[in-house]
Amino acid sequence: MSLSSRHLLQLEGVPKEDLELILDTAESFREILDRPIKKVPPLRGKTIVNLFYEPSTRTRISFELAEKRLSADTLSFTTTMSSVRKGETLKDTVRNIEAMKIDMVVVRHSSPGVPYYLTQCLEANIINAGDGTHEHPTQGLLDIFTMRRKYGKVDGLRVLLVGDIRHSRVARSNIWGLKTLGASVAICGPTTLLPYDAERFGIDVYTNLDEAMEGVDVVNILRIQLERQKAGLFPSQREYSNLFGITGERLKRVNKNFTIMHPGPMNRGVEITNEVADGPASVILSQVTNGQAVRMAVLYLLAGTDDADVTSQTEKG
Amino acid sequence: MQFDLLIINGLLMDPGFGFTKKADIGIKDGLIARIFDKGRMTKRVIDKFPAENIIDADGAVVSPGLIDIHVHLREPGHENEETVLTGSQAAAAGGITSLCCMPNTHPAIDNQETVKFVTLLAEKSDCRVYCVGAITKNREGKELAEIGDLVKAGVVAVSDDGNYVQNPEMMRRALEYAKMFDIPVISHAEDEYLAAGGIMNESFASTRLGIPGRPAVAEEIAIIRDIKLAGLTGGRLHIAHVSTEGGVEAIRRGKAEGVKVTAEAAPHHFMLTDDLIGERFDTNLRVNPPLRTEADRQAIIEGLIDGTIDCIASDHAPHTEEEKDVEFDQAPPGMIGLETTLALSITGLADKGYLTLSDLVRKMTSNPAAIVGIPCNSLREGEMADLTIFDPEARWTVKKDKLRSKSKNTPFIGWKLKGRVLATVMNGRVTYRSK
Repeated sequence: MSLSSRHLLQLEGVPKEDLELILDTAESFREILDRPIKKVPPLRGKTIVNLFYEPSTRTRISFELAEKRLSADTLSFTTTMSSVRKGETLKDTVRNIEAMKIDMVVVRHSSPGVPYYLTQCLEANIINAGDGTHEHPTQGLLDIFTMRRKYGKVDGLRVLLVGDIRHSRVARSNIWGLKTLGASVAICGPTTLLPYDAERFGIDVYTNLDEAMEGVDVVNILRIQLERQKAGLFPSQREYSNLFGITGERLKRVNKNFTIMHPGPMNRGVEITNEVADGPASVILSQVTNGQAVRMAVLYLLAGTDDADVTSQTEKG
Repeated sequence: MQFDLLIINGLLMDPGFGFTKKADIGIKDGLIARIFDKGRMTKRVIDKFPAENIIDADGAVVSPGLIDIHVHLREPGHENEETVLTGSQAAAAGGITSLCCMPNTHPAIDNQETVKFVTLLAEKSDCRVYCVGAITKNREGKELAEIGDLVKAGVVAVSDDGNYVQNPEMMRRALEYAKMFDIPVISHAEDEYLAAGGIMNESFASTRLGIPGRPAVAEEIAIIRDIKLAGLTGGRLHIAHVSTEGGVEAIRRGKAEGVKVTAEAAPHHFMLTDDLIGERFDTNLRVNPPLRTEADRQAIIEGLIDGTIDCIASDHAPHTEEEKDVEFDQAPPGMIGLETTLALSITGLADKGYLTLSDLVRKMTSNPAAIVGIPCNSLREGEMADLTIFDPEARWTVKKDKLRSKSKNTPFIGWKLKGRVLATVMNGRVTYRSK
């Protein structure tokens, strides 16, 4: 079994079979993470570069660890300097790195479409670790993986995304992946933070959170970036919190068993309270662990190694 | 009579004057010296004429030289992108004999010296070049440029193209002041606040891609405001590169109300839509105003059909490969168009039955000439010999290495188009001849 593409650029348009293959493979890797020795050899000899043009802690560390646990050689490169300011084009930077003989590039960049652009410049496999407000496919996959583990399936699940949907790459990847796998998706947030014509995703759009939460299984809460307030997209954190914050009181009021997710980093007290983030419904830390397994699966499948059963192998020494 | 050049067997199409007929043309001293009705030019004349000075236009159309009133020649300041000379050569290859160049050069065309500089360069080029001067000093929207001085130096219109004159009071004064010289004020109509930060059209396509959008309403509001100001002042307003359904509708209404407003459309706005961007993030599809939706594209065509949009202009905007081979949102907006405008218009409008060939030629000759008040010849004896000879049925493929423009930034590379320029004659001189 192999994926139909040699890159992971987005979840839009990725066939169901590919998504299921990644999720199934991730199950095997998830099991490895519970072992005392969490390292397997399939990517031994492969060199992977993590190219982060935007600051990131969680995603970068998660990719690095996933790569190391697959025995790949890894290198991480983080810069907040744009190519324009740096005086070297992105194309030159990546072609120089590729000239050092690398196999895969994990890229995060503030410009939508950069992962696709890299496929035009390089031979390496490209994995999108977040391109502007376009997509963040491994985050979408790990969110879906977490839901699937909890409910045993994705088909028929009702998932609500809350917050700044317009500027969220996580939301886009969630929407495409979930819809392909048969879940129904709704979004809720202030009208100023909803994307233009969002109904055309084939999703329900709400601005009243209590209404939106009715009948929902999973609530995936997105980070509200505080600079959006300065840009005039909502009046204050206080008002945002009152209208869209997920609080224990709200959970009680709607009175249903939700699974609470958040891709992080959280603004505690703004979009989510401690009571919810650390409460029994929260699977936020499981998401992080599962992210490891999902990223290992993606790296493994894109590398196209022939090793039949990854779980039977364990790194010695 | 001894001629310098003969154009034989062509179908003369003169929509400005109103006839289409088969005839031969004899050119002498930059003028159309004689027109022979079909078969009247004796074989003896043709036989003893040097073959290299005969253009056989059999099966082709001979029209007055095409006119493009929206071109960025980039000189002075960005000669790496285009020069007056290379731009004029590209124009000639596109069948164009007169063009208007926009003032967003460095320095801007907001003073007599720069007009004179460009005009001087144009004298040795392959196209007649008319300057559009800036409305405001350095195109900053703050103080009026010395428009009287600019007109004296030869500008035919004023525009801050690339920028909207954001302050309505300033635009009012510009329309009033330009009235004194009977020149149009050309508006790049996009409200800068609404369009701020936008990289493509705001639509479901931008929602999908997560690319910040420029809403159609940014153009619509800008057009409506300027039409109101033109109505108030009685000044002549020309709307550059209309791209939205609402913009077309506003102009239609303005015209019906008797406001002196004219408009142009660029081929990419009636050929392409914003959903193409997601396919390959081709930076050549980044342009301002942006590619819009299918409904907008249809509205542009509708506007061309009913005359709301008076003319077709390329908005030829050269950028180097270095500038364009970057992240989508880092690429400068604009695409070249001089060499493809006619073929795209034939392919997208005439061939589809939206416009007759004659109407199309009118929108590329007499109509644009009237807007900026520049000469447009008729196909009659004694007129200046600016002629475009094209085969409306011939198909050709746009090839990057064949483009004469110094920049190659067009999304139409690889497209198979209908309508091919065979030769261009400007002032009696052959400025382009296809091989």
